[in-house]
Amino acid sequence: MSIILTEADAKALLQKVLKFSKADECEVNLQGEEWSNIRYALNKVTTCGSKTYKTLSVQSAFGKKVGVATIDEFDDASLEKAVRRSEEVAQLAPENPEYIGLLAPQQYLPASGFFSSTANMSAVDRAKAVAQSIQIAKAQKQTVAGYLEDRVGYSAMMNSKGLFAYYPSTKVNFSATIRTDNGTGSGYATQGVSDFPKLNTASATQMALQKALGSVGARAIEPGKYTVILEPLAAAVLLEHLFRSLDARSADEGRSFLSKPGGKTKLGEQIMDERVTIYSDPTNPELPASPWSADGRAQEKLNWIEKGVVKNLSYSRYWAQKKGVKAVPAPTNFMMVGGTASLDELIKSTQRGILVTKFWYIRSVDPQSLLVTGLTRDGTFYIENGKIKHPVKNFRFNESPVIMLNNLETLGKVERVVSSEGSFSNYLVPAMKIREFTFTSLSDAV
Amino acid sequence: MQVAGLGTGTLMLSQLPVFGRPVSEEALLAPGLDVAIKKRLADAALNAAKSKGASYADVRIGRYLNQFVITREDKVQSIANTESYGVGIRVIADGCWGFAAVGDAKTEAELAKAAEKAVAMAKANALLLSDDPVQLAPQKGFGEINWKTPIQKNAFEIPIKEKVDLLMAVNGAATKNGASFVNSQLFLVNEQKYFASTDGSYIDQDIHRLWPSFTVTVIDPKSGKFETRDALSAPMGMGYEYLQVNPADKIMGITTRYNKGYDMLEDVVAAAKQAKQKLTAKSVEAGKYDLVLDPSHTWLTIHESVGHPLELDRVLGYEANFAGTSFATLDKWKTRKFNYGSDRVNFFADKTQIGSLGAVGYDDEGVQTKRWDLVKDGMLVNYQAIRDQVHILGEKESQGCCYADSWGSVQFQRMANVSLAAGKEPLSVDELIKDVKRGIYIIGDSSYSIDQQRYNFQFSGQLAYEIKDGQIVGMLKDVAYQSNTQEFWNSCVKVCDERDYRLGGSFFDGKGQPIQINSVSHGSATARFNGVNVINTARKI
Repeated sequence: MSIILTEADAKALLQKVLKFSKADECEVNLQGEEWSNIRYALNKVTTCGSKTYKTLSVQSAFGKKVGVATIDEFDDASLEKAVRRSEEVAQLAPENPEYIGLLAPQQYLPASGFFSSTANMSAVDRAKAVAQSIQIAKAQKQTVAGYLEDRVGYSAMMNSKGLFAYYPSTKVNFSATIRTDNGTGSGYATQGVSDFPKLNTASATQMALQKALGSVGARAIEPGKYTVILEPLAAAVLLEHLFRSLDARSADEGRSFLSKPGGKTKLGEQIMDERVTIYSDPTNPELPASPWSADGRAQEKLNWIEKGVVKNLSYSRYWAQKKGVKAVPAPTNFMMVGGTASLDELIKSTQRGILVTKFWYIRSVDPQSLLVTGLTRDGTFYIENGKIKHPVKNFRFNESPVIMLNNLETLGKVERVVSSEGSFSNYLVPAMKIREFTFTSLSDAV
Repeated sequence: MQVAGLGTGTLMLSQLPVFGRPVSEEALLAPGLDVAIKKRLADAALNAAKSKGASYADVRIGRYLNQFVITREDKVQSIANTESYGVGIRVIADGCWGFAAVGDAKTEAELAKAAEKAVAMAKANALLLSDDPVQLAPQKGFGEINWKTPIQKNAFEIPIKEKVDLLMAVNGAATKNGASFVNSQLFLVNEQKYFASTDGSYIDQDIHRLWPSFTVTVIDPKSGKFETRDALSAPMGMGYEYLQVNPADKIMGITTRYNKGYDMLEDVVAAAKQAKQKLTAKSVEAGKYDLVLDPSHTWLTIHESVGHPLELDRVLGYEANFAGTSFATLDKWKTRKFNYGSDRVNFFADKTQIGSLGAVGYDDEGVQTKRWDLVKDGMLVNYQAIRDQVHILGEKESQGCCYADSWGSVQFQRMANVSLAAGKEPLSVDELIKDVKRGIYIIGDSSYSIDQQRYNFQFSGQLAYEIKDGQIVGMLKDVAYQSNTQEFWNSCVKVCDERDYRLGGSFFDGKGQPIQINSVSHGSATARFNGVNVINTARKI
């Protein structure tokens, strides 16, 4: 059996599994993925690998007693065994007071994140893409390290109330770091695409090269409050901390930056500049995402922050029922509305400021203010009278994305970026100019 | 680096990496494949690799078991038992590495096929993109041997009910003592690893780790403020005996800290009271302070500012695209005069330390583990390396730092347990604090961040106390310190003696692309650092 099932094959398999069920309620989740990668450093390939997996998970419920079993074998006997096993586990489990039963069938938006160009990528395609990147570094007598990974996969689910969902997708992430041979300059670039032909490892590597060469000879300037221009990647890794915190339950419980005295929350309140709109949309062709969440709830185009106002928070079905509100699921993608200014225009309009191309090692400091700390990396530049004057040494910052989006000066153009902080999530985020961004110390790191 | 979001006390199963497929509690105790079968499978792979032209091959047949028990207040949120079994085969052919992994493989044919795939991959890479053949340090074969973590009580044998009862008692004690919320969890690991190589080793290892933890949250509804306090436990390379209460393992003081036995009930009561106390604690005045750091805090500073920069793959540039490089370059090491820290500072790497997370008999490329110096009397003297790197250091044998987090991941250089040696002269914590005029005493780990070459860092703790004229005068909040690695370790003026030496550690040391996790401990005794820059982290939104 192929790892990647068609919608019809997935449906037939799930129907077969459900027929074995004797529980009050049964839900079956099915996933398959082919994932390959190639990694290089010091201008040569260091490791490569591939992994394929398929897995089927059965959840059975008797009242509020719930059990789960998972298998990766798909003959009839194994399928039935998984169903029986989940039922046995359920019978032995304590009642789960937060289990509120299965979802009825849902209507899903059409979302298309599957591209056969990516699904059909070969080892030679990968090697060629990487060879282009290495060639650029070698020709310039610089050193490159990078990573390319591609995934093709699908998820499907069906339950005994008749819900069925299916979503196939593909994704390619590429990143490269060029370090100058004297070790005094470093530049980075990344690209995330769903459709492989859109990936251009050469142009990304050229961008990294430009930043590496431009960052040689960085000068130390005093830390403090500066106007900053954040390239989309730098903005995205700060916004990630905001995106992940838009949860209703923690706000209601009083342990979120969205909590207020007396058990109230900031839902419906303006908390940042009115030009800030953050939304999700599984149908966006630039960043397609699953039209359903892992528990089967339908995703829709939704504003989370609208003109600076907290418009929506995500709820588990249990918490929504308890609060008597609509059970809005956490989104499957995030994007922010941008402006029209190009990066050049943002720089030209800046008297004195810092251009940040990337942040690194961002960690929470205080969840009450959403304060995070981290450092600039791989190309930071001083701007004076509308021009980049010279590279500067890296800074440590302590700043909150909420404060930052209150101090918004100008929004630039939106780009698709890949988080450089380990999650490798893709976002659509604009460049932005921010006033009074807080740098607290200097780093000698290149 | 530590993988974000996983080291916190509020982790949920949905946030955890995929460790394997769910299985029953009893399945965790079922034996894996018989060692004779594993040898036969391994030989099939080694022979296939050699016949296809590999000059070296190793096989790892791995069965990885985990158990999580996750609760909040009076509810069990999740009980998960997971198992992952498969085989990873690594080869050198035409001077290049190749790797292939296969899940659930239990026949000689499946392993031989994967070995052939690994050789083909190595040859393809050699043709396309490499002109620098692998130089592998020689390693003698050990024949058929085994090694086991010296546990007293296999945590997997303790019934789930007993674990749930413990966590429910912990949560109850927290609530009774003023906690608004409490999340608690137990996390168990058992790696059953069989390694075989063309060097003639057949090594069977059974490795155990355990981590009990919690986060207590106290909310002040009037002000809308909240504070948390995480457990002062450490993840350990131990069995369930770590949860046995033993007075000899308690370090008494402003708050009780723990060595090789953890009193979870006692700690959660203290946590609930201290989280409440934090709400009204004095906000720190920014400036220079002498810091007194408890081992429950220092482990993470050692991890980030010593463990990582002394990994040879980072020094060489192999991690430049993600985790970063290192300020501790080879030219500094070659001078033998690079003062990493003051003359009180001695760091050693040790893969044999009992109770530590990194303790194994042999690493994942068949090298017997050992202890060695990294920084001696303040001077940089060595790194952490593996078989294809040690020639760069002029060494003839590997230090045994090779690890893969799964059968499906390729093994590479990972951090050993890296520890600050206890002071040689007798010194207790009370004696150390007695001389501090204006200082801050920090206990437990919290926020952490460091640059990609490991110069500039910022850390904060679970608890901070103000020291004035040798006395602890009260609790502080909003404390974080920023420094530079070399400056910081050179400001170390005193380290308490062996009586105070304790381990901290992480299950989630992250490195590589694709990212892999590693478990590692860091030991130290309470130490004093003079004139460190402290910032106030309170901000209004």
